[in-house]
Amino acid sequence: MNAFTFTPENEAKFLALLERYLQKSSLTLPSLWMVQYQEGWISTEAMKYLAQKLDCSPMDIYSVASFYTMFNLKPVGKYHIQLCKTLSCMLRGSEQMSHHLEKKLGIKVGETTKDMKFTLTHVECLGSCGTAPCMSLNDDYVENLTLEKLDDIIDGLKS
Amino acid sequence: MIVKIVSKNFEIPNAHRLEVARANGRYTSLSKLFSMTPNAVICEVEQSLLRGKGGGGALTGEKWRLIPTDGDKPSYLVVNADESEPGTFKDRQILEFDPHLLIEGIICSSYAINAHHAYIYIRGEYVFWAKRMQEAIDEAYKEGILGASVLDSGYALHVTLHRGGGAYICGEKTALLESLEGKRGHPRLKPRGKEPEWFFGNPTIVNNVETIASVPFIITEGFGAYLAYGTEQSPGTMLFGISGHVERPGVYELPYGVKLIDVIEKTCGGIKDGKKLKAIIPGGSSCQILRADEIENITLDYESLKKHGSALGTGGIIVMDESVSIPKAMKNLFEFYHHESCGQCTPCREGTGWVDNILGKILEGKGTPQDMQTILDACDMLNGKTICVFAPSVAFIAQSYIEKFKEEFEALIH
Ligand SMILES: Cc1cc2nc3c(=O)[nH]c(=O)nc-3n(C[C@H](O)[C@H](O)[C@H](O)COP(=O)(O)O)c2cc1C
Ligand code: SF4
Ligand code: FES
Repeated sequence: MNAFTFTPENEAKFLALLERYLQKSSLTLPSLWMVQYQEGWISTEAMKYLAQKLDCSPMDIYSVASFYTMFNLKPVGKYHIQLCKTLSCMLRGSEQMSHHLEKKLGIKVGETTKDMKFTLTHVECLGSCGTAPCMSLNDDYVENLTLEKLDDIIDGLKS
Repeated sequence: MIVKIVSKNFEIPNAHRLEVARANGRYTSLSKLFSMTPNAVICEVEQSLLRGKGGGGALTGEKWRLIPTDGDKPSYLVVNADESEPGTFKDRQILEFDPHLLIEGIICSSYAINAHHAYIYIRGEYVFWAKRMQEAIDEAYKEGILGASVLDSGYALHVTLHRGGGAYICGEKTALLESLEGKRGHPRLKPRGKEPEWFFGNPTIVNNVETIASVPFIITEGFGAYLAYGTEQSPGTMLFGISGHVERPGVYELPYGVKLIDVIEKTCGGIKDGKKLKAIIPGGSSCQILRADEIENITLDYESLKKHGSALGTGGIIVMDESVSIPKAMKNLFEFYHHESCGQCTPCREGTGWVDNILGKILEGKGTPQDMQTILDACDMLNGKTICVFAPSVAFIAQSYIEKFKEEFEALIH
């Protein structure tokens, strides 16, 4: 038996989406997103569940899920900080922001704090180069970053 | 210098809401649109010489002609909102401030190619912008602007927003379609001749957000009004995004043909903190770098940038001042390309990594005189031997960094 099933809301969304695509396979990415919002990450059980729903093998789902960097194949912290490291952000001080975050959170880039509160990742250009440096905090962008801004945000989330 | 065709409503408060959008001219092109035949719409766009704003600059009308008019298969429009080329942040302005302009453009463009369903493929990170866009789509459905009969014209059109998962290569149109079909975003082999794209085997057009958003103006005002801006071969305007070391980074709509140096000095307030300019990447990171002493005569149009050994690309201009280490900037971009190679072609998958590693070694002071040649050899291997143009563009940019800033690399190699 699968440990994962869609919530009734996601199931309804899934059925509505079926109407909008020519073939079921197009629902792979939308379904992975629904799983990730439901569970915070994408487990093997969830992939097996999706394979059944989309008439393909679990390996097909894994192959797609692992191709796209935004799908978490292991749990991440409650607050996922994704700092842009690409050129325009580097020119505007992203390296300094990165060091500051590592020090402040006591973890290295790519790690999660022991209490599962924060994950720090480096990502490539977020499309906010004009308001660099930039990061995304869960689903929200924080732009024109400064050390003070970072302190305010992290202190706020810690307390 | 600034012209407002696509950005006309950007500063109007709440112009993303249908009511405000309509009060400011949105959807007024549609009565004229439905009085025209689809063929007449394509003719209008052809004569406007509208060029794609996603990086390639292909003529939009010519591309739309690739859709067979006598086929029995349905056709599709796919709007490319993947916007992941480093230095590019213009499409999000349209999605944020004027999503109804995009919907209006989608209606005009879909009608022209006889499509009844359009997909917008938006990069996964743009969560806020995806919500914005979806709200606008929902409003449009509610008011009968989308659906079984667009504004009671009898023409049916559906629009579906599709979120990506964070892969740069999905901006490449065939990788995008693979992704939309639910697969890994692997670019497809190019056909020999001119063809449309194929979505589940059906003829499909992929256009950039800004390209589609430029269409309503051409329908309402006629192609002549569009030709009045820009240069003869690059008519109209583009949203240029300027980032890096300028006083006022941002997105500015400018007619093609303005001088690059004026945009930096005047529009953007000059180099930050009074420093000196060192280098410019003119159209997103995949364009060859230009030295400060090369830019004096450059104008922002496809022809001028090509003549000067680079490209207009996405119009994302990255400005670097005298403090920047070019080898370090190059390493930064190679980390990007190494990470974002889709991995299908061995030269691309391995070559980008080698160059990244060698640059890392040079920056650590462990480089050898042979390293520069090894990078150039790796470029030969990247060029012309792969499925998509990702690898060749990476090769060209590597060559430009090394040739133009040779002394800087050599200074790091003892
Ligand atoms: C590696 C690569 C990445 C690309 N990324 C984008 C992108 O993010 N957005 C975009 O509109 N076009 C992108 N393109 C160009 C598309 O393949 C396609 O040409 C474009 O969307 C066509 O629209 P247009 O003619 O309106 O410009 C990319 C091309 C390549 C080779
Ligand atoms: S050139 Fe690179 S990105 Fe393009 S298909 Fe080959 S491996 Fe993928
Ligand atoms: S380089 Fe960081 S948002 Fe573009």
